[in-house]
Amino acid sequence: MDITLITRAIVLGASAIGAGIAMIAGIGPGIGQGIAVSRALEAIGRQPECKGDVTTTMLLGCAVAESTGIYSLVIALILIYANPLVNLIAG
Amino acid sequence: MNIQGPEIYYRLPGGIHITETIVNMWILMAVITAVCAYLGHGLKDKPDSRRQVIAEFIVSKLYNMVSEVMGKKNLNFAPYIGTLITLSAFGSLCALIGMRPITADLSVTLAWAIVTFVMVQTFRIKKRGIGKYLKSFFEPTPVIAPLNIISEIANPVSMAFRHFGNIASGVVITSLIYMALAGLSSMVIKIIPIPVLQLGIPAFLSIYFDLFTGVLQAYIFCMLTMVFVAGATE
Repeated sequence: MDITLITRAIVLGASAIGAGIAMIAGIGPGIGQGIAVSRALEAIGRQPECKGDVTTTMLLGCAVAESTGIYSLVIALILIYANPLVNLIAG
Repeated sequence: MNIQGPEIYYRLPGGIHITETIVNMWILMAVITAVCAYLGHGLKDKPDSRRQVIAEFIVSKLYNMVSEVMGKKNLNFAPYIGTLITLSAFGSLCALIGMRPITADLSVTLAWAIVTFVMVQTFRIKKRGIGKYLKSFFEPTPVIAPLNIISEIANPVSMAFRHFGNIASGVVITSLIYMALAGLSSMVIKIIPIPVLQLGIPAFLSIYFDLFTGVLQAYIFCMLTMVFVAGATE
């Protein structure tokens, strides 16, 4: 078997594993958003009249907290669809 | 929908590609312009048509939002914010009728984020003068200057990636589940050659990924733009 083919296979497999590992970063935003939502629910329970404001601010904060998860998603997408490492191997 | 990126319809000389995103964006811009022209023509002092009431409702909501976030003196930003939120929301919502969302392309969101970045820097220079602007990077100590510059550049990059990542992940996940349902239905129901399971089930995913995420991300992108620009003009 051709040696570049084997190298290519190893790089592709490692990239797929790397994409999977990158998505572990999804734990962080999950925990963060959970805390944010629980505090928002407490606030609504204490003051039901400010439900609209709390919900809007919470959604904004959640979306901003999500960005670390989105970075890992972008890395995973790059590793799967636009792998820069495979092109390093000649052939 | 193709999950590997927008299709290239035509290659112009000079490396410019006419992609699905560009075509969809021109279609959307034509539709939005037509709707705005229909809503906005022949306005009267006392509204007597339903058309004008809708137009006034949208415009007053927009101006309220801008004045709440940016303050009364920055109301002249409202048309830009309105354009941005409309194109962004429609660009994500067009996935509902089967078009590829334009915001699932990094070039679109990165272009919008760069516009915001240029606006912020311009207003900061205008407000403080070029000397104070350059000096603000070396505060509190000159050692920290590279970190200040990185944090300035990280803002538009994170805005662009957030919007792109949310919409593109929706496209990828919906397409994967769609393909999986086709395989599952050909496995389970072998007699009928139609993928029966594809009916209906992806619609529930679409409610979250297209409706909720699309509108929320448009709102957040505009909110961040307003906050950054308002901070620069203070």
